[in-house]
Amino acid sequence: MFDTALSANDLIFLAKGAGITIVVTAISVAIGTVLGILFGVIRVQLGAVLSAPLTFVLDIFRSVPLLIQLVLANAFVGMVLQLQVSGFFVACLVLSLYTSAYCAEIVRGGIDAVPATTRRAARSLGMSWGQDMRYIVLPLATRVALPSWIGLALGVMKDSALVYVVQVTELLKSTQILITRLQEPMFLLLICGAFYFIISFPLARFGGYLEKRWSND
Amino acid sequence: MIEIQNVRKSFGDLEVLKGIDLNVNKGEVVTVIGGSGSGKSTLLTCINGLEPINAGKILVDGTEVHAKSTDLNKLRQKIGIVFQQWNAFPHLTVLENVTLAPRKVLGMDKAKAEAIAEKQLKHVGLGDKLKTYPTRLSGGQQQRMAIARALAMSPDYMLFDEVTSALDPQLVGEVLETLQMLAEEGMTMILVTHEMSFARDVSDRVAFFHQGVMAEIGVPEQLFGDPQHVETQKFLASVR
Repeated sequence: MFDTALSANDLIFLAKGAGITIVVTAISVAIGTVLGILFGVIRVQLGAVLSAPLTFVLDIFRSVPLLIQLVLANAFVGMVLQLQVSGFFVACLVLSLYTSAYCAEIVRGGIDAVPATTRRAARSLGMSWGQDMRYIVLPLATRVALPSWIGLALGVMKDSALVYVVQVTELLKSTQILITRLQEPMFLLLICGAFYFIISFPLARFGGYLEKRWSND
Repeated sequence: MIEIQNVRKSFGDLEVLKGIDLNVNKGEVVTVIGGSGSGKSTLLTCINGLEPINAGKILVDGTEVHAKSTDLNKLRQKIGIVFQQWNAFPHLTVLENVTLAPRKVLGMDKAKAEAIAEKQLKHVGLGDKLKTYPTRLSGGQQQRMAIARALAMSPDYMLFDEVTSALDPQLVGEVLETLQMLAEEGMTMILVTHEMSFARDVSDRVAFFHQGVMAEIGVPEQLFGDPQHVETQKFLASVR
């Protein structure tokens, strides 16, 4: 009834690709989030006019297709800077900046959602700007921003499929390699999709869990 | 002692304080009344440096609030303020709301901060709400929590900015009782309020503000019983 040439070794090969997808995503989302918080705070603090140059650069990362960013960055690092770096490094670099550009907007929205009167109350207790940020503003902004951030992280995970153009063999590229060899595209894409789902699901559930927990506050 | 000397304050073209002079002595309770837009709330936020001023000075125990060399974070430790909107920190429990500033600003250890917070929360009648989140409290309870939060810093002065204005009528009494208790304990307080009978009971002096000017100040019996300024008379007639 159903017959496939897919072997256990092929599945391990796919799992390794999935591992690369997870690692690239985890590194990029981690760095991108830290930078995104930094950029978001800078944008709120400096105001629209003073932060215009930063906003402009972030807009570039948000508007140019990721595929083009990856190809251009790879060429720039290799040919212009003459640096010997791996495709993996370029992939993480570009995806981190890409993530940070989106994350900065999410953070800005979250900070703006914290009422000025709440911040005023914190400052009136003698808290410094930094203490207000750390103990009041960022925790409250996180609650507002979390659903968007989860969406961003899941999006970056799927977008990471594009890093094959800088010779990183992640999940989708691994699948394509098997498709070429086994000639069973539908079945292999189904398995590939299942892998993506298995990676995404815990993150989506974790976000749901946090939202529910915080709504009880 | 709080010394307010010829303070002027504008928001854009609008001058909301037009040369205010007022001294508040240790242990004194001064109430500020007046119509909306009279500048009374703005004065409070200027006293602890939340708002800059355009002219004049404000001295708290001899320290000039708006001087560049003044460490406002340090100065604010001795001036508590409670606002019309209670501004609870919604992500923290009642106890954490009160312990946060003592721990992070004063560097107090957790156990000591919690002991002080529990004492202050019991004091305002919230001893059974320590682990509750503020969103589960009524407006009056949140406002009392905000008072305990300010008191936990052991301030020398307390400023109250229309703290009952945003409350449902049946919750006003519990907050006023808390203020009365503080006044009886000798706390130095400046209150902005619309509760005239309360102002009469609790104040050592009452000031009437009109359009950015302190039109009249006196002991409650005089100001309420025999107001001198025509605007004071009009205002009191309108709120009676």
